[in-house]
Amino acid sequence: MKEFFLGVWEDFYSCFLENGSYMMYLKGLRNTIIMAILACIVGLIIGIVVTIIRVVPKKNKALVVLDKIANLYVTIIRGTPVVLQLFIGYFVIFAAVKTASFIGIKETAGIPVAAVVFGINSGAYMSEILRGGINAVDFGQMEAGRSLGLSWLQTFMRVVLPQSLKSAIPTMFNEFITLVKETSVAGYVGIVDLMKIQKYVTTQNAELYMPLLIIAAIYLIIVLGLQQIQKLIERRLMASDKR
Amino acid sequence: MISDKISLDEIVKAENIYKNFGKVEVLKGVTLRIKKGERVVVIGPSGSGKSTMLRCMNLLEEPTYGEVWLHENLLTPIDPYLHFDVIKLSSTFKKMKVEAITAGEEDSEKLDEKIILEIKKKDLLKKNEGKEYKLAIKDLYKKYSMNINKGRAKMGMVFQHFNLFNNLTVLENLTLAPVKLKLKTKEEAEEKAYALLKRIGLEDKANVYPSTLSGGQKQRIAIIRSLAMEPEVILFDEPTSALDPEMVGEVLELMKELAEEGMTMVVVTHEMGFAKEVATRVIFIDEGIIKEENTPKEFFESPKDERLKEFLSKVLM
Repeated sequence: MKEFFLGVWEDFYSCFLENGSYMMYLKGLRNTIIMAILACIVGLIIGIVVTIIRVVPKKNKALVVLDKIANLYVTIIRGTPVVLQLFIGYFVIFAAVKTASFIGIKETAGIPVAAVVFGINSGAYMSEILRGGINAVDFGQMEAGRSLGLSWLQTFMRVVLPQSLKSAIPTMFNEFITLVKETSVAGYVGIVDLMKIQKYVTTQNAELYMPLLIIAAIYLIIVLGLQQIQKLIERRLMASDKR
Repeated sequence: MISDKISLDEIVKAENIYKNFGKVEVLKGVTLRIKKGERVVVIGPSGSGKSTMLRCMNLLEEPTYGEVWLHENLLTPIDPYLHFDVIKLSSTFKKMKVEAITAGEEDSEKLDEKIILEIKKKDLLKKNEGKEYKLAIKDLYKKYSMNINKGRAKMGMVFQHFNLFNNLTVLENLTLAPVKLKLKTKEEAEEKAYALLKRIGLEDKANVYPSTLSGGQKQRIAIIRSLAMEPEVILFDEPTSALDPEMVGEVLELMKELAEEGMTMVVVTHEMGFAKEVATRVIFIDEGIIKEENTPKEFFESPKDERLKEFLSKVLM
């Protein structure tokens, strides 16, 4: 038994501590986090804009056309695998952009492209989540805002959206968590994210299981952190529910 | 033509309102003109269209036909059937007139009127009625139309289910619209809000969320929320129907106070006592039309319409 733990420790030492190999994990982690945060912001913005387009009363033809485009976007994104979207984004649409370096770090050149692709992907799911939340808000809230002379958009942003976010927060965090983990496919296009580190470490140490375990633990810690943030936000939003 | 008979003391005019929901005709030509200081109570059986009528007045429902005017400003699109001189420009009218004259009728004002009435009755106007007609409609619209949000800011509305903003505190509920619409600064709006809250004795509730309030408190705050906009008229859509019986009194009390202060009100309600006591005019809507319209005394003591008699005998037991 003792020998088993000793062996595990030795593997851990060689795969994480020796020769500063933890620096490699940190580098991967940094890139993963940059991608996840950027993608999250892009996804949220796209999600909100697309949702507005889909729920706004269709007063003119331009809005009807926009609505059709928004629906098409959601259908296509949800209907195709994220790796495929990443390939198309990386090698076709943004092929010219990815050579530039990003925030002064050379080896992160492809990250903004990947982040935008993940953001575009996440936006589709986010808009579905938000739409569900908005439909759950009593229509009287919108009518009350309109009856006071507020515009549709003013009422939506100040009254309807905040209320829909409250009911959508659990599902939204589900999407954030999925997003963080989904960035692990970035290695397919040569981005050095956390997942990709496994390959480097295994090449160096001929060790497979230990880097996988370490990476799994790091992802798990990120997700646990997100769950804590979710709880915090939910507690805050509960304020208007207290009786 | 309506725009010719602008009367200064008429605040809101709903002219010949029709409203269809799909194939169901809910309103079939209702005209309601509200003068300054009037307190009009609208009663009628459920499904009669009285709430729809009220909601058409601030365009929460868009009328299928008809026009809504706020003072000299038009809130709805132009309804050509209300503008005879516009109909005269239409190609349908011209065609019918030529036909009538070749059939041997004399060209006169009377003939014009007859044709217009026929067009109106049979809904003969099509989408494409020629350039002249189109221009006339456009001109009218340009001259009178008003942004609906600006119009609604002057017409308060109180809902059956209160519809306070659940994500905002009571104070924020009262200040949101005046501040967002730049009618008041934040400080002015809050000052006004506190004054209104004090008036209804709920100043200690300024910073709580609506979910902590009773139904009566919610509705009174909904009423002062519309007052915070300093409206010219307030529309009440069954304000006491969703309340516990013991809370009806406090809401009616506040409404009576407003009435005494001279607030112009249109109230859809089942509270006959309120109608008798407060109304200057009572209207009975049934099957989408106004069946009777009278002073409260006449209305309740000597109703003429058969359906109204039956209705009153049931509700006044």
